[in-house]
Amino acid sequence: MSQLSITLLRMGFLVLLWALVLSAIAVLRADLYGTRVTARGRGRESKKDDARAEKVASPSRAATGLRTGSISTKDPSAGHLAVTAGPLKGTTIPLGAAPVLVGRASTCTLVIDDDYCSARHCRIYPEGDRWMVEDLGSTNGTYLGNQKVTDPVPFRGGDVIRIGATALELRG
Amino acid sequence: MATVTDVQVRTGRRGELALLGLAVAIAVLARGLVDYHADFLELDELALYAGGWTIVALGIHLAIRRWAPFADPVLVPAVLALNGIGLAVIRRMDFAYAGRGRDTNFGEIQTLWTLLGIGLALLVILLIRDYRLLRRFTYTAGILGLVGLLLPLVPGLGSQINGARIWISVFGKSLQPGEFAKIAFVIFFAGFLVSNRDTLALAGPKILGMRFPRPRDMGPLALVWAAAMLVQIYERDLGTSLLLFGIFVAMLYVATERLSWVVVGLGMFAVGAVLAGSLFSHVGSRYTAWLHALDADVYSSGASEQLVRGLFGMASGGLFGTGLGEGRPDLVPYAESDFIVASIGEELGLTGLMAILTLYVIIVQRAMRTAIGVRHGFGKLLAAGLGFAIALQVFIVVGGVTRVIPLTGLTTPFLAYGGSSMLANWLIVGLLLRISDQARRPEVMTP
Repeated sequence: MSQLSITLLRMGFLVLLWALVLSAIAVLRADLYGTRVTARGRGRESKKDDARAEKVASPSRAATGLRTGSISTKDPSAGHLAVTAGPLKGTTIPLGAAPVLVGRASTCTLVIDDDYCSARHCRIYPEGDRWMVEDLGSTNGTYLGNQKVTDPVPFRGGDVIRIGATALELRG
Repeated sequence: MATVTDVQVRTGRRGELALLGLAVAIAVLARGLVDYHADFLELDELALYAGGWTIVALGIHLAIRRWAPFADPVLVPAVLALNGIGLAVIRRMDFAYAGRGRDTNFGEIQTLWTLLGIGLALLVILLIRDYRLLRRFTYTAGILGLVGLLLPLVPGLGSQINGARIWISVFGKSLQPGEFAKIAFVIFFAGFLVSNRDTLALAGPKILGMRFPRPRDMGPLALVWAAAMLVQIYERDLGTSLLLFGIFVAMLYVATERLSWVVVGLGMFAVGAVLAGSLFSHVGSRYTAWLHALDADVYSSGASEQLVRGLFGMASGGLFGTGLGEGRPDLVPYAESDFIVASIGEELGLTGLMAILTLYVIIVQRAMRTAIGVRHGFGKLLAAGLGFAIALQVFIVVGGVTRVIPLTGLTTPFLAYGGSSMLANWLIVGLLLRISDQARRPEVMTP
C-alpha cells in the first residue's frame, strides 16, 4: 500500500472512532422516557406527538410518583393539590370528583417515598363543595397547619398539610 | 393546571444495531492496521476476525432483544468498541515484543477473556431477571467482598507480583479477586444505604451551612476507611483502596444528598494518604515519583522511569498520533496493561484518546441516566454506584498515567490486558443492562 492510503486509513480510523461517539450521542438525544407534565389544554393534543418533537426534559415517572390512571380531571374548577416541599416538590394533582389517597403504597394516587409516611397515610376527599382531609391511622400523623388531624377536617385553599418531609397545599 | 402523559419508550434496538456495526468496523480496522504494520496482514485471517466480531455483536444484539428488550441501546456498542481497540493494541504489543525477542501471546489470551466476559454478561441478563433480587444478598455480598479483598493476604494462596499483593493463584492462573470485590461492595453499599439513609441524612449539627453527621453515625464510613487503609498498607495497592473508598463516599452522597459526607470523606482520605505517605516507604516513593517525576535523580533511580516514558510516548503522538502500529509504545514497561492509555495516546494521539474517554463518559452517563429512570431506591444506588465505579477507575488510571494523581496499579476497564478486570467489567455491563431494561420498561408491561 502507498504511503497516502496508509495515512488515509490512519485518519479514517480516527474519523470512524468519532463517528461512533457522535452517533451514540445522536441515539441518546432520542432517549426520553417516563412521564411528561404539560400545561392543560396542550396535554391532550401533544400526546400523539413524537417524544422527540418536543425537547422538554421531563421528570421521570419515578420522580413525579404520579399514577395517571386514577386522577380525574372532570371538574377543573375544583382546583388542584400542590406539593410544596419534600421529594415530590413541584408536583400538582388536578382535583376532580374522586378522593385522593396519599401514602407509600403504590396503589395510592400520590405516592410518597418517605420513611415517615405510612402505606395508606391520609385521604383528601370532596364533601359537598369543600374538600376534607382525614388521617387513615398513620404512624407518624398528618398535620393540618399545626394541628394533628384525627377526624376528618375541612381542607381550605391555602391550608398546608404536612406528612413527614412533604407539604401539600390546596390551590384554586 | 397540568396533566401528566406517558412518553413512549423507544427501545432503540435499531440504533443499537447501527452502532454495533460501527463498533465492529472500528475493531476490525484497528486489527487490520496493526497487522499491516507488523507485516503480518493476511486478508483471509482478517475476514475471519471480522466474521467472528460480527457473530459476537449479532449474538449480543439478539440476546438483548430476547431477554432485555428495553435495555440501554448505546451501552454495548460503546463497550465493544473499547474492547476491540484494546484487543488490537494488545496484539500490537505482542508483535513489538516479538521483535525484541520476547515471546508473548497476550492478544490471544485477552480475546478468550473477552469472549468469556461477554458470556458472563449475557448470563447475568439471563439469570437475574429482576435486579431487586440482589438486595436479598446485601450482607452476603458485603462478606464476599471483604473475603475477596483479603484473599491475597492468605499465605500460600496469595502471590505478590510487582510489589502489590493483589493476586491469588488458582489452577496455575493468577486472579485479582479485588476486581470482583468491587462489584460485591457496590451491591452491599446499595443495600445498606437504601435501608439506613434516613438516619445518615437527617440527623446532625449544622456547621457553615452544611449539616454534618453525628459522630455515632460515622461508623460505616470509618469502617470502610479502615478497610481501604489496610488494603493500602498490606496489599500495597493504592488504586483499589482509593477506588473502594471513593465508591462508598459517592454512594453515600447519592443516598443522602449531603455534601458534608463528601467533605468528611475526602478529608479522611487526605489524612490517611498523607499519613501513609510519611509512614510507609512504598507509598512515599509513589508520591516522590509523582511530584518529582522529571528530576534527574528520581528518574535515574528508576522510580519514575515508566511514568516519564509514558509521557514522552504520548508527547510523540501529538494531536493525531503516530498511527496504530507505527509508534514505539513498547518502550514503556507494561504498555499492554497498566500503561495501555499511554500506548493509545501515542498511536491514536489526543484525538483518539479523547474519543476513547468520551466513550467512557457515555457509558457512565448511561449508568447515571438509568439510576434516574429506575423507580426503586436500591436500583438507583446500584446503577449510580456501578457507573461511578467505572468513572473513578478510569480517572485513577488515566490520572496516574498523565501525572494528575500518583500512579497506582489499576486496570483500564475493557482496554487493559487482564482477565479478572475484563470479566468483572463485563459483569458490570450485564447488571447495568438488566437495571436499564427495568427502568425503561413501560409501566403496563411491568408484571
